[in-house]
Amino acid sequence: MNVVVCVKQIPDPAAPQSLEAGTHNLDRSGKLILDEADTYGVEMALQLVDKAGTGEVTVVSMGSASDLAGVRNALAMGAAKAIIVADDSLRGTDALGTAKVLAAAIRRVNPDLVIAATESSDGYTGTTPVQVAELLGLPSITFAKSISVDGSTVKVNRQTESGYDEVTSPMPVLVTVTAGVVEPRYASFKGIMAAKSKPIEQLTVADLNLDGQVGPSGARQSIIAVEAAEARQGGEIVVDDGQGADRIMQFLDSIKVL
Amino acid sequence: MSLSNIWVVVEPSSGTLTSTSLELLTHARTFGATVSAITWGANSAALAAVAGEFGASTLYDVGDLAGALPGAPVASAICALIATSGAPDALLIPTSYDGRDIAGRLSARLDRPVLTNVTGLSDDAGLVTEHPVFGGTQIVKARFTGEGPGIIVVRAKSFVAESSGGAPASVTSISAGDLGTTGGATIVTSHVEERTGPKLEDAAVVVSGGRGLGDAANYALIESAAKLLNGAAGASRAIVDAGWVPYSHQVGQTGKTVKPTVYIACGISGATQHMVGMKGSKNIIAINKDADAPIFQIADLGIVGDVHKVLPALIEKLTARG
Repeated sequence: MNVVVCVKQIPDPAAPQSLEAGTHNLDRSGKLILDEADTYGVEMALQLVDKAGTGEVTVVSMGSASDLAGVRNALAMGAAKAIIVADDSLRGTDALGTAKVLAAAIRRVNPDLVIAATESSDGYTGTTPVQVAELLGLPSITFAKSISVDGSTVKVNRQTESGYDEVTSPMPVLVTVTAGVVEPRYASFKGIMAAKSKPIEQLTVADLNLDGQVGPSGARQSIIAVEAAEARQGGEIVVDDGQGADRIMQFLDSIKVL
Repeated sequence: MSLSNIWVVVEPSSGTLTSTSLELLTHARTFGATVSAITWGANSAALAAVAGEFGASTLYDVGDLAGALPGAPVASAICALIATSGAPDALLIPTSYDGRDIAGRLSARLDRPVLTNVTGLSDDAGLVTEHPVFGGTQIVKARFTGEGPGIIVVRAKSFVAESSGGAPASVTSISAGDLGTTGGATIVTSHVEERTGPKLEDAAVVVSGGRGLGDAANYALIESAAKLLNGAAGASRAIVDAGWVPYSHQVGQTGKTVKPTVYIACGISGATQHMVGMKGSKNIIAINKDADAPIFQIADLGIVGDVHKVLPALIEKLTARG
């Protein structure tokens, strides 16, 4: 069974984030890491391929190729190879443009299963995976809490407002996974060493015949302003010396909640 | 561009429409346009009454989906409707599991962009959307620049739902048509996790716990405090990911948006992910042992202290009040 996992290299969420002046694109000039949300999908894919006893995991990514630490991390976890679509013209590409790029790259692998996070941790548009599924003509199951494969059928427990649904679909299919679907492994030293020699195929927009459909013009939307949100002021800070609960009770009384 | 025709995807839930659907119908009315709603399920007469009451003149009904996940069939039906009756000026979709699926499918099929996580929508020579970024500290304003319809996915509680007193919407059946290979995902069984007390998104009081609770067993403190306050128990993403509590408790970017009278954050540091879902609360109380926790920057009352001491003491005092 061959599985593609869509991954994204993002600016470290622990570092301060900002938008670039002029373009309003997210500043990605700093160090890039593998989006933690993607590590669950990589782990899930590795486990499913392991269970199937055949096939391999390919990671597919769009973004800068100047820093491949995030993609190498996925390879170090155990993915067999990577495809990264890197091109200056991709700056400012929107969710649909990203989906076109990923779909075109995934088509070259022809997988049985495509896994993605429910949303990235930097842009969190949350529609790209389903756009990829539609472009590839695949069924999709989003918000998976668990995935198992039985022959040519995938079985997913999908989160709902009130609990979860058991959902099945024939393969090939695209599934998005939530954090917590599995516990991602840490790359071992052996894995990190092995990742250095694993193939990373680099493609351009022209390789995928997507000229004109990506970048700011392909996005067909523009940011017209970035404004500071109405700031919420901090209030009283009390260091608890045994009176904390009393102070909370007073506060609740004052707003007539009790 | 004047807006004359707005379509709103409205989601069925337990015989009525979800509250986010009603919020979108209400806000769509403010543009003075004809508002039409699109839904699915086996209950169109009841849904038409609700959709009409909140301002829709027509309810397009895809009908019973026979267990299929809504994304593919509903998107397909909307595309077919656009092909026969023309595109609306805007298409509003609630942020929800199925709403995002429908939006993604529609965007790819129509080759139109999608704007998500929208919390504000106004008409300034065309629709202008508002999106909170960086934990809601900044607001990005955006607009579509190409041919419509723009697909706009709106977060819960961005607007207040108000009845228009309208008559039931007239129901028109629409069909998903042949979905080919895209329609294969089917629900086999649904599992409902039992919850008592008010719903998280409707509760006047929300008590939420985070990693600072130290252990899954300590979430019982959150539940008792919530119960004593006749409120709902919430959670940060960290402890949902860790498997301490079900996802249905999660407050934040990927979870629920809540705007209670008071939000009590216990052992929650205040990751941007979390703040987006609760910073609209009328009052915020935070208990955290780290005085530098970002949550204190937005708390009306911050208690720097050990949640394992403060919370049991609070529960004792609440119990004493009866």
